[in-house]
Amino acid sequence: MSAAVFARRVGFYTLVCVVLAFFAFPLLWLVATPFDAHPALGVTWPELTLRNFSALRHNPYALRSLLNSVLLAAGTAAIVVAAAAFAAYPLARVRIPGRNALLYLLLLLSSIVTGTAAMVPIYQLVFQLGLIDSRLGVVLVVSGGLLPAAIFILKDFMDTIPRSYEESARVFGASPFQILRDVVAPIARPGLATIAVWTIVQVWGNFLLPFILLRDPGKQPAAVLMRTFYTEGGQPNLALLSTFSLVYAVPVVAMYLFVNRRYGFRFHGGIKS
Amino acid sequence: MASIVLSGLSKVYGGTVRAVDRLDLSVVDGEFFALLGPSGCGKTTLLRTVAGLEEATEGTVSIGGVDVTALPPGRRNVAMVFQDYALFPHMTVADNISYPLKIKKVPREERRRRAAEAASSLSLDGLAERRPAELSGGQQQRVALARAVAYHPAVFLFDEPLSNLDARLRLEARTFLKKLQRDLGVTTMFVTHDQAEALALADRIAVMESGRIRQLGTPREVFGRPANTLVANFIGSTPMNLLPGTISGPDLLVHGQRLAVPPGSPVDLRPVTVGIRPEYLDLSVSHSDADAPQEHGDGALRGVVAIVENLGTASLVTLEAEGFSVAATVPEGEEPAVGTEAWVRPRPGRLLLYGEGGELLGASPVPSAKG
Repeated sequence: MSAAVFARRVGFYTLVCVVLAFFAFPLLWLVATPFDAHPALGVTWPELTLRNFSALRHNPYALRSLLNSVLLAAGTAAIVVAAAAFAAYPLARVRIPGRNALLYLLLLLSSIVTGTAAMVPIYQLVFQLGLIDSRLGVVLVVSGGLLPAAIFILKDFMDTIPRSYEESARVFGASPFQILRDVVAPIARPGLATIAVWTIVQVWGNFLLPFILLRDPGKQPAAVLMRTFYTEGGQPNLALLSTFSLVYAVPVVAMYLFVNRRYGFRFHGGIKS
Repeated sequence: MASIVLSGLSKVYGGTVRAVDRLDLSVVDGEFFALLGPSGCGKTTLLRTVAGLEEATEGTVSIGGVDVTALPPGRRNVAMVFQDYALFPHMTVADNISYPLKIKKVPREERRRRAAEAASSLSLDGLAERRPAELSGGQQQRVALARAVAYHPAVFLFDEPLSNLDARLRLEARTFLKKLQRDLGVTTMFVTHDQAEALALADRIAVMESGRIRQLGTPREVFGRPANTLVANFIGSTPMNLLPGTISGPDLLVHGQRLAVPPGSPVDLRPVTVGIRPEYLDLSVSHSDADAPQEHGDGALRGVVAIVENLGTASLVTLEAEGFSVAATVPEGEEPAVGTEAWVRPRPGRLLLYGEGGELLGASPVPSAKG
């Protein structure tokens, strides 16, 4: 190896290390700071303590907000997965004129529903329905925003399931509902799992909608509660913020790892046979 | 058991494409019936219409004397085996076989017993807990059959169930399938594009083209006396020789060479097509009547050996003559050398004449499709 090549390699790997450190730093902060007795906006070797966690436990809203997040995410995921499955199956199987145009239009409009621009009419709508300050209101609005993309992804999955599976079940006398339950849904399970996880992640990280639609701090999810962690002096309470962030992030990462191992994430269909 | 009767059955797609065209057919109880034809001839559509997966545009389908035209597939008491077997990938072999029984609300114990019975009759013992992806193609095919057998249907419908197997396995599966159908005695309708498969398996064959039946008969009839040039071309692993000819008095002229006119043929001068299978031509290199000049109508065609193709126990010899070429099979070890002069003579009663429309002359027209 010549000296020039050696120098070039050293330079390249140094650059990679710098870039990596730049992106790893916030994560490192997130992991280290909750265990530090003197949290600051820098990464130092922590003076190990669990005091921050017990402080968090005594915060009146922290744990309840996590429970609220779970409720919102689970409710939305249940609605989105069920409704998307029932919509995607006929869309994949029945020839409806303008089917694709309809799907693309829905997909296009869905970004508006959960977008900032539509907040005023959405607030009005939810107000008229009497669902302000209700978790159901948030679940319904978020579901509406996520459904088109979920239908789109699931339809793609169902397109790849050979029709002969269903025809075979039909010849043996299975009803459409039995076919969906016994044949189509189990085969599309990786697709359903992908949709469920994607929905949960979307709800977990959503700030604006629950912030606007939920007034009672006891009903607000974790993403909204986080903005309240300030000291009396108006400084961010880094001990609580970092600890809460860690507790907030772990379930999503754990769920991702579990589902990925169990089903494998795929955004397209395909049958292994 | 059950017969299948189709009357005036049509299936029209998009208002114009007649996939099945006013078809009358009856399959008798316990018969192994093959629908044979090139792709796009409507044979699969016909089978799917019998199953109820396609709705008939006109006409009726009866199974076991009951008009099922308006019934959904699940109430026709038929079992269908698909080309890709359609085994449910998320279920074990045992679950796959018993799923139709579960739909029929057969009690669990009986379900289990019937599934095990069907599996063992199809030599699937020990595979009950496997999933379809863990089976070989031949095993998958047998699981699909076992699922149909365990259902105890009135009628089996098979959509090219052997075409996804490799050539050797296909022959084994063929024998197996025929034995299974004989043992069970269930009326079977079988779709295939492979003429050898149809000849080997079926009691009767319907050769289809453009949504119509072009010939209906036993394998022997369809092979030995094709009703028209289309069937003649399609049936047989070596294609039938079809040569242009004219009838002149007692002689049949093929590019100036003379053959005897088969008895019962119309005697006039109109052009005909001479059909003779390579298997029904005797080839000789020493002319039996060598002194006689060729012009005297000795009933053999003369040519020069151009190609010899080995078929295993026989060889296919192609003779080039002026204006045409003709193929004949010769037994193993009797192949003439390329370039030698040879004669082929039709065996008595094997030469067929087809008219300008391609239909067989001197024979009854396409036998009425009513069985």
